[in-house]
Amino acid sequence: MKIHEYQSKEILKRFSVNIPKGKPALSKEEAILAADEVSYPCIIKAQIHAGGRGKGGGVKVAKSRVEAISIINELFGKRLFTVQTGPEGKIVNRLLIEEAINIDRELYVSIVIDREKALPVMMVSTEGGVEIEKIAKETPEKIVKEYAIPGLGLQSYQLRHLAFALGLEGQVFKKGIKFLASLFTVFRRTDASLVEVNPLVITANDEIIALDAKINFDDNSLFRHKEFLELRDLSEEEPSEVEASKYNLNYIRLSGNVGCMVNGAGLAMATMDIIKLFGGEPANFLDVGGIASSETVTNGFRILLSDPNVKAVLINIFGGIVRCDRVASGIVDALRTMDIETPIVVRLEGTNAKEASKILSESSLNFIIAKDLKEAAEKAVSAANIQRSSKL
Amino acid sequence: MSILIDKETRVMVQGITGKEGAFHTEQMLKYSTKIVGGVTPGKGGKKSEHGLPIFNTVKECIEKTGANTSVIFVPSQFTADAILEAADSCIELVVCITEGVPTSDMIKVSYLLKNTKTRLIGPNCPGVISPGKSKIGIMPGFIHKEGSIGIISRSGTLTYEAVAQVTNLGLGQSTCIGIGGDPIIGTSFVDLLELFEKDKETEAVILIGEIGGTDEEKAAEYIKSNFSKPVVAFISGRTAPPGRRMGHAGAIIAGGKGTAEEKITALSMSGVHIANSPADIGNTLINIIR
Repeated sequence: MKIHEYQSKEILKRFSVNIPKGKPALSKEEAILAADEVSYPCIIKAQIHAGGRGKGGGVKVAKSRVEAISIINELFGKRLFTVQTGPEGKIVNRLLIEEAINIDRELYVSIVIDREKALPVMMVSTEGGVEIEKIAKETPEKIVKEYAIPGLGLQSYQLRHLAFALGLEGQVFKKGIKFLASLFTVFRRTDASLVEVNPLVITANDEIIALDAKINFDDNSLFRHKEFLELRDLSEEEPSEVEASKYNLNYIRLSGNVGCMVNGAGLAMATMDIIKLFGGEPANFLDVGGIASSETVTNGFRILLSDPNVKAVLINIFGGIVRCDRVASGIVDALRTMDIETPIVVRLEGTNAKEASKILSESSLNFIIAKDLKEAAEKAVSAANIQRSSKL
Repeated sequence: MSILIDKETRVMVQGITGKEGAFHTEQMLKYSTKIVGGVTPGKGGKKSEHGLPIFNTVKECIEKTGANTSVIFVPSQFTADAILEAADSCIELVVCITEGVPTSDMIKVSYLLKNTKTRLIGPNCPGVISPGKSKIGIMPGFIHKEGSIGIISRSGTLTYEAVAQVTNLGLGQSTCIGIGGDPIIGTSFVDLLELFEKDKETEAVILIGEIGGTDEEKAAEYIKSNFSKPVVAFISGRTAPPGRRMGHAGAIIAGGKGTAEEKITALSMSGVHIANSPADIGNTLINIIR
């Protein structure tokens, strides 16, 4: 789960990590009050779940109240386009107003999980303010890492190693050690999958401050942190994906025209891939999980077809413990209650597949039945293309 | 022969009284898997609905039944504890089916398991099957056939797809392992390739990977210099958008890394035969072994 910068910073503050003085605002009025409170000059930062805001025009300095009002009016409700938002951009519904900081140096620190080593790793770099992927690609020697031992965390010598690598000295070095240690505590205590401070700044007065902050939580750990659930901002998510999550359907919307409904994540991805191989474009990822009941199928269809781009649907079910005849009945029941004109290609394989295809063909509903995965993909892609050309 | 499990494998079920645990215990018994008992703390001394003895602890279950393998169905918040209890009792193999285990728990488990002799398969996996011998997991047994093809996969239903294709071509499987869809798992492709290399009856291996992590690249490296048998691979997620978790917690292209293309390139450079379509896994295999 992703959260906003201001929410991440509130968590950092709780663990004694230094952050700039600031206030979030959910409306223009609140933002102006917040700017007055922070006083001028202040920094006005658009709060969206995407990076690259600075270059995208989402972070601005206001020297006076007049400037602040004009920036707030311009940013609030605006669609912001950054390298990470995709072509559709993201609408700014929240702002963070912060004090201006007198920056001496910009550094980088993050904690992630190294999948290969199966350990948390703290990474630092003197190249702050730059995307870490860029540093990793161009100057990997500028990234210094330390791995944490489960239960023991990062040891003092490891923190010293990182602080030296950041070029910290004297009082700043001491403050740096404390900062890094606290940041690791945040990672461990919140079951985060990512804690990133970029840039981490050294001020002209030798203070260390998290000028930006990003925390992602491990969804599987959220049951231990119910308080974080409130931090979810549904307006940052695709509405149809939010709707799907209510029914425990795993749905991701894409830009193609062949909708698909599949049981199992790996098979669902492979189904998207085979649609592409046959010259189509998948409209979505949808894993209906182990139980493809009539209810699941109905909800799945409703969400799939809420996407106006979908010109054909491919249902691909490999029945294991789930019997295909049950799934077929589910599909028939679901479609009887819905008025669907979109062509539907069905491929059912595995347990009771024959019985299933009988149920479908005897249902008087209009299915295109495919005998295998290849044929299903071919038929779905051509059905989508016919639909498209007939509409032209 | 087979790897990991065979007719003699004595299985205990952790979480045997839960809905999933009870259902799949019955399915495994129908496949003639030698299930010897189960563990549900607090229900020790009773019998399961299948007539199997239930114990309070793993240790006791092993002592009384001679179990050497455990399959775990307990809810995700208790899974790490269940794995560690099994490992503490020096069990050889743990197959963990449970989905949704916190990553921080798996970091702990994976670190602690290094100092034990226990091998963990999973979590978030369909399990292991040596067709005709033993099924430890939730896969549909009837699509499998005893034979000489080893299958290793990060997925569930996509593995069934590959298995069915192999079976339909008249070939069978020596052992099929779902290694799990999480970012941190107990056993990697490489660990299992090592076992398949040594297994005399396995003639060829199918490897089913997906976006996220570097396990497929590691497998490619290993295959290049250490693996003598033909390998067919399919990697799913070529059309997956970056930065999105595709159902499995581990299936994510993060910071431009973990793409299907990288994995496919690495594997084909190591001489692995790539099936471009999920419908052609069986055909790709038959073309190289005939």
